[in-house]
Amino acid sequence: MIHPHSTYETLRQLADSWGLVLMTVSFLVLVLWPFRPGAKTRNDAAATMIFEDDDNG
Amino acid sequence: MDRILLRVGIWLSALLFAIVAVAQAADFGFAAQMVIVAIAALAGLVFALRGADYSAIANGIAPGPADQSRYYDDVIRWGVIATVFWGMAGFLAGLYIALELAFPLLNFTEYLNFGRLRPLHTSAVIFAFGGNALLCTSFYVVQRTCRARLAFPGLARFVFWGYQLFIVLAATGYLLGITQGKEYAEPEWYVDLFLTVVWVSYLIVFVGTLAKRSEPHIYVANWFYLSFILTVALLHLVNNINIPVSLFGSQSYPLFGGVQGALVQWWYGHNAVGFFLTAGFLAMMYYFVPKQAERPIYSYRLSIVHFWSLIFLYIWAGPHHLLYTALPEWAQTLGMVFSIMLWMPSWGGMINGLMTLNGAWDKLRTDPIMRMFVWSLAFYGMSTFEGPMMSIRSVNALSHYTDWTIGHVHSGALGWNGMVTFGALYYLAPRLWGRTRMYSLRMVNWHFWLATLGIVFYASSMWVAGITQGLMWREYGADGYLVNSFVETVAALHPMFILRAFGGLLYLTGAGIMTYNIWQTIAGNLRVEQPLGGPAFDPEKDRPLVPAAVAAE
Amino acid sequence: MTSETQKSGDTKAAKPKGHARLERNITLLAVCAFAAVTVGGIVEIAPLFWIDNTIEKVEGMRPFTPLEQAGRDIYVREGCYTCHSQMIRPFRDEVERYGHYSLASESMYDHPFQWGSKRTGPDLARVGKRYSDEWHVQHLTDPRAVVPESIMPTYGFLATRDLKVGNMGATLTALSRVGVPYSKDHIAKADEDLVLQASADGNAADLSTRYPKSQVRDFDGNPARLTEMDALVAYLQVLGTLVDVGSVAAQEDLAKEKGR
Repeated sequence: MIHPHSTYETLRQLADSWGLVLMTVSFLVLVLWPFRPGAKTRNDAAATMIFEDDDNG
Repeated sequence: MDRILLRVGIWLSALLFAIVAVAQAADFGFAAQMVIVAIAALAGLVFALRGADYSAIANGIAPGPADQSRYYDDVIRWGVIATVFWGMAGFLAGLYIALELAFPLLNFTEYLNFGRLRPLHTSAVIFAFGGNALLCTSFYVVQRTCRARLAFPGLARFVFWGYQLFIVLAATGYLLGITQGKEYAEPEWYVDLFLTVVWVSYLIVFVGTLAKRSEPHIYVANWFYLSFILTVALLHLVNNINIPVSLFGSQSYPLFGGVQGALVQWWYGHNAVGFFLTAGFLAMMYYFVPKQAERPIYSYRLSIVHFWSLIFLYIWAGPHHLLYTALPEWAQTLGMVFSIMLWMPSWGGMINGLMTLNGAWDKLRTDPIMRMFVWSLAFYGMSTFEGPMMSIRSVNALSHYTDWTIGHVHSGALGWNGMVTFGALYYLAPRLWGRTRMYSLRMVNWHFWLATLGIVFYASSMWVAGITQGLMWREYGADGYLVNSFVETVAALHPMFILRAFGGLLYLTGAGIMTYNIWQTIAGNLRVEQPLGGPAFDPEKDRPLVPAAVAAE
Repeated sequence: MTSETQKSGDTKAAKPKGHARLERNITLLAVCAFAAVTVGGIVEIAPLFWIDNTIEKVEGMRPFTPLEQAGRDIYVREGCYTCHSQMIRPFRDEVERYGHYSLASESMYDHPFQWGSKRTGPDLARVGKRYSDEWHVQHLTDPRAVVPESIMPTYGFLATRDLKVGNMGATLTALSRVGVPYSKDHIAKADEDLVLQASADGNAADLSTRYPKSQVRDFDGNPARLTEMDALVAYLQVLGTLVDVGSVAAQEDLAKEKGR
């Protein structure tokens, strides 16, 4: 199939199939990553960091 | 000594350059703008000369290093005052143009015509009010979370005053008819170039402070500030590539025109909302909400997801401003899909902020500043739901070009940006001027209710106006002809325009109370008043009732 | 303070990995954040510079004449775009109200584009030749004299202000630098053409060799003066008149603009 927009069509098909799967998987991994159990203490420390040393001087 | 010479030299050359530019100016507007630059340069020169410690120089004493154990807050104090000032100016301009739409006679001079005042209003509230709020809170937050003194205080002062000059140049330019003709990017090429210098300095001060932090971890608020500064720089540079007609004239033409121009502009325009009004203000939220609630953010992990997904998704959403236009369909679809996806990180952020109050909801009753923060998050949630909805093609077909868009923008701007800024100002004012509390918490309460009521009037009238407009435009009679002429749809909106102006008046009044309150706080006064919340407690009455006879004994 | 700093630094003695590294390294954080915000822009914007229907010229399109461009500059200066769109969407009611929906190529020489985002007043993409010059002048001078319910500001001052002549060559040069195809001939004759087009007895045939379909006449009803009103009305009268959307070539172009 020779078409003037073949690059566009190819990219569009990719975006509709494997590209979509890849994006969904990487999205889920990235979202779940910070919620892995090992990160808990570090995150809690980061969250409370703003309350240490409450001096406004 | 060298430093003073250098500063005087810079100011003197800026002054000379401005004078030459006035003499060479190709148009009146440019000459007027360069007079303003000359005045600013003169002021800089005077302050550089007056501020020098001559006796120290005469005695050969080198200026000692700044006290690193104190935060550098001068520029933040100025920023608080500038935020309040430009807020009032921007709200007032907004009220005036709202009244112009209801009573067109108010367009009595070309300098105050709607077309010139509208960019003044949008720039004043977004870039002057919002921008100053971002500048001063970012300098405050980055110092506190890094537990380090601000890097390059001199550069920080330049950032502050340079930014004010940018605002003055932009605003006076609009009144004189100097504009690029692109929404939210109206300032002309020379103002854009100057802003670029200021913005790069801002980045240097911010990153410099991060670099000298004593805290190993970079707190989440700083990520949002950093992405806001970086992205705004990128957007500003790409959207303002212009070719000036003359090097000493105000007129220029943008490199991108037509479809490309439209997409670049709305990529800029939407991300001005996304990064200036969202990422930057979320940074404020991530610091001030936990501090005011005195408990850590609900989920730090959620904030990581929130940050990356928000900044990644936002940048794609621009084409939703161009649905059904001549923009290629695939770009419109991308814009629509990403706008709808944007709903998730937006609400993730809102939930993260709101749930921070988990276990401390009673603060809503007793602390009007906390209430302001919570309300701003509620409005953030509402407008980030409304936005994706309006990006759906079929909804957009009705809402686009109507006042619904104006209502949407204002529920975000007045509700989210306004309220979170007011909250931050109320948090900052007593701390920066060393007062125990605001002059009056009851006035904060009044401000809260006036602002809320104002938003209710504004948003509801604009919803009704927008939907009325959209439906009337597309109304067909049984005979198969359009029912309404355009001007009939204009006439139908008149009552809504009046209600909107009334909402704006309430909002402005609330901000006026804030101005007085902050003024008194800075002056060091404390209003004697009943504390808020809880039933009144009078120790005199807190005793058993003694029978009179016994008492006589 | 130092002891506390060390304490929080030591909570994880090992070298930070994954996102923890980002949280401690400004450069890495800045680079990643910058990368995250660049992707969307590139994917959406870059293709527009080589996709056919956004860069292809349609029959009839030409750059604005000097007078029209001067009028356009006034249109931009006065912020007309804050209330008027120039982009007709492909809906039945819009097409009936304003004319054929707008094509991408019709705004290809618009620097800046003026599609607008709000219709406080009607769309102007095809307002050209719909009303007489007299109507425009009267409407701009006092909108409510013509349309009683109108809320438009008044622009009578345009009729009493002389149009700036003598700088049009520089204007067209700047526009040619951003890609508008003005030839050397266009630029050399810019000031001359500016005056010519607004003259009651201007040489229309001569102007139309450089700018086909140009309208030559006194626009503001005051032949004695060349005013800003002349320019603005000339601009309004050309809007949407250049491309014959009914013609075959245009229909073919339309068919290519998928989904509209």
